[in-house]
Amino acid sequence: MSVLVDSDTKVVVQGITGHQGTVHARQMLAFGTKVVAGVTPGKAGSVVEGVPVFDSVADSVAKTGANATTIFVPAPFAKDALLEAVDAGIRLCVIVTEHIPFHDMLTMYHYARLRGARIIGPNCPGIASPGKAKVGIIPNVVFRPGRVGVVSRSGTLTYEIVNAIKEHGLGQSTCLGLGGDPVVGTSFVDALPLFEQDPETDLVVMVGEIGGTAEEDAAEYIRHHVRKPVVAYVAGRSAPPGKRMGHAGAIIARGKGTAQSKLSALEAAGATVVTFPYEIPDAVAQLLRDRGTR
Amino acid sequence: MVKLTEWRGKEIFRKYGVSLPRGQVVRSPEEAERAVQAGGVPLPCVIKAQVLAGGRGKGGAVRFASTGAEAREAARAILGLDFQGEKVRELLVEEKLAITRELYVSMTLDRSQRQPVLMASGSGGVEIENVPDEQITRIPVHPFEGLSGFHKRRVIRAWGLSGPVARSADALLDRVWEVFQKEDAELVEINPLAVVGDAVVALDAKVIIEDDATFRHPQYAEVLDDRTPLEEIAREKEIAFVQLDGDIGVIANGAGITMATLDVLQQFGGRPGVFLDLGGTDDPAKVTEAFLLMARAHPKSVFLNIFGGVTRCDTVAKGLVAAMTQVPEGERFPLVARIRGNNEAEGIEILKAAGITARRELKESAQAAVAAAGYTVRDGAVP
Repeated sequence: MSVLVDSDTKVVVQGITGHQGTVHARQMLAFGTKVVAGVTPGKAGSVVEGVPVFDSVADSVAKTGANATTIFVPAPFAKDALLEAVDAGIRLCVIVTEHIPFHDMLTMYHYARLRGARIIGPNCPGIASPGKAKVGIIPNVVFRPGRVGVVSRSGTLTYEIVNAIKEHGLGQSTCLGLGGDPVVGTSFVDALPLFEQDPETDLVVMVGEIGGTAEEDAAEYIRHHVRKPVVAYVAGRSAPPGKRMGHAGAIIARGKGTAQSKLSALEAAGATVVTFPYEIPDAVAQLLRDRGTR
Repeated sequence: MVKLTEWRGKEIFRKYGVSLPRGQVVRSPEEAERAVQAGGVPLPCVIKAQVLAGGRGKGGAVRFASTGAEAREAARAILGLDFQGEKVRELLVEEKLAITRELYVSMTLDRSQRQPVLMASGSGGVEIENVPDEQITRIPVHPFEGLSGFHKRRVIRAWGLSGPVARSADALLDRVWEVFQKEDAELVEINPLAVVGDAVVALDAKVIIEDDATFRHPQYAEVLDDRTPLEEIAREKEIAFVQLDGDIGVIANGAGITMATLDVLQQFGGRPGVFLDLGGTDDPAKVTEAFLLMARAHPKSVFLNIFGGVTRCDTVAKGLVAAMTQVPEGERFPLVARIRGNNEAEGIEILKAAGITARRELKESAQAAVAAAGYTVRDGAVP
C-alpha cells in the first residue's frame, strides 16, 4: 500500500472539458491511473479522452464508483466543486486550481474535515505513486518506482527534485505536493505520518518554503514521531522580509517564517538538511546506504 | 495583498458601523485649513500622513493643531515627505478625542490552525510585536460559527471593561469579525482602539484585503498598494513579477524553483534583482512579454531556469530565441539559460545556435550568470 493512492483509486476530473482538465486527464490515463469520469455541469453525455462526462459528481460516483477527485474548475467556483465532491462521498480531493481565496478554503477545509474527507492543495501538483496512480498534474516522466517518499510545498521544484532522484538511479514510493497557499488541506504534519507508516517508503524528502510555520511544526512532529530518515530542503533563504515570493504563502512577515528558523528546527529534530536542491539525491543515497536498504 | 491606507480602512469601518473620530481626507495645506472650519472637523485636531508603513507617530508623519493656521502648517510639513520610501500625498484630518485608555484588537488568519484568530491586548498604541505574549489574548474562531458571546466576554474581561463601555466593545468585536469575513480581509487591525467616555472608538485602521478575492470586491482592484510601476504592469499582464534590490534578473517556472534559483545566485555572490515566474505557461506571446518586461528593469544579466515537465524544452527555447530578438537594442542583456526536462538536448542546441549560454546543471549555470553580471563568483560554501 502506498500513500493515499493505489491501483484501486478511481479518479473523477472536475472541469474535464476545460483545457487543463483535458490535458491532465490524458496524462493521468497515460500514467496508468483509472480515470473513470469527468464532471462539467451541462455536459453530461459527452466523452473526453475516452472518459464519460457527467453533470454532477454524485452521478459520476453512482455510475462509476469514483473515489477520488481532481478539481480544475476556476477559483470562483472551486468551493462549490469541492463541497459537491465531499457531499457525493469522495474522500480524496486534489485541488489543482490556484488563486482560491483563503476564506473559501477555510470553509472547504473544515467542511471536508467534518465529513471525513481529505483535501490536497489547493494550488498543488497533487499526488502520484509510480506504477499505481496519479491524482494531479506531476509530469509522468520524472518518476520511477522506488522507496523514497517526497512531500513538498512547491510545484516545479518538486518535479525537478523527483527527477533528480530518478536520475540518481533511485525511485519514489509516493510523491505528494501540498501546495504553497496560506491554507492547505494537507500540511507536512498531516502528511508525515502517512509516509512514516507506509511500508513501501524507506526515507522521506521534505521540500519546504519560507513563510508560515509549517516546517517548524513538521520539525516538532519529526522529533517525536518520525523514525525514518528525513532529508529537508527549504527554498527562499535569500528572500527579503515583507516581499511575497510568488506563492501566496511565501512571505516573511514580522520576522517569522525565515528559511533559517525552519532549517534550524529541522536540523535540531534530526533531519538531514541540505542547502541546495541538487544536493538532495546524494544525501538520500548516503542515508539509504547507511541504513543498508538501498 | 491589497493593503489599504488608514482612511480607506476607515471608510470600510464606517460602512459596518464602527465608531470613528470625525475626520476628512485632504490633499493640500489649504484643504486642511478648510477642513477644520466651523461645521467641519472639530479642533483641536490630529493630522496624519496616509501611508502604509507603520511608526508614523515617531517618524514625524503625525502632527497636532489647535487652529486652522496650525492645521495648514502641519499639513504643509507632512505632505510630500518621503516616509520609508512612500511619498505622502494624502492626509487624514481628525478630531482629537479625550482618550482614557488605548486597547489593541485584530483579526487575522492562523495558518497552522487553519482558523481565523482574534488577538486583543490592553496595551494599545504600541506595535503588537513589542507587547509581551502573556498580555495578548488569542482566540481561535471557527469559520462556521464566527465570534460567539463567550469569545467576546473573554476579550472584554482581558481589557478590564464593564458597564456601557463593555457593551460598546461587544458590538465593536462583532463588527471586526464581519469586516474580516465579508470583505475577504487578511488582516483587520485597530491599534489603538480608544476608550472615549462610554464608547470604544477606532483611532486607526489597518485593513489588508486578499487579492485572490478581488473578484468578489472589484472596488479594491483599483487600489494602488506598494507595487512598483513595473510590478503593476506585470500584474495587468498576469505575470508574477517581483522587484528586489539586486541586478541579476531571474526567469523561472514556478514559485519554488524561482526561490531556489535566487538562493543559489546569492550563494555564489550574485545579487538577484527582478524575478519573474512564468508559472505553467510556455505560450510564446507571454514569454515575449516577460522578456520585454525584464529588459525594462535593466538587469546586468538574466538567468533563465526552466524545468520542462509537461512542456517541452525545445518549444521553450524557440520562444526564447524569438523573444530575445524583440528586446530593443539598448535594453539587451546577457542571458544564461539552464534547462532540464523534456527534449532538453534539442533545447540547448537551439539556444547555443542563437549565441545563448545554455547548460543542464544548476550550479554551473548560476555561476555563469553571476559572472555575466560582472560579479566575482564566490565559493558556494555555506557560511
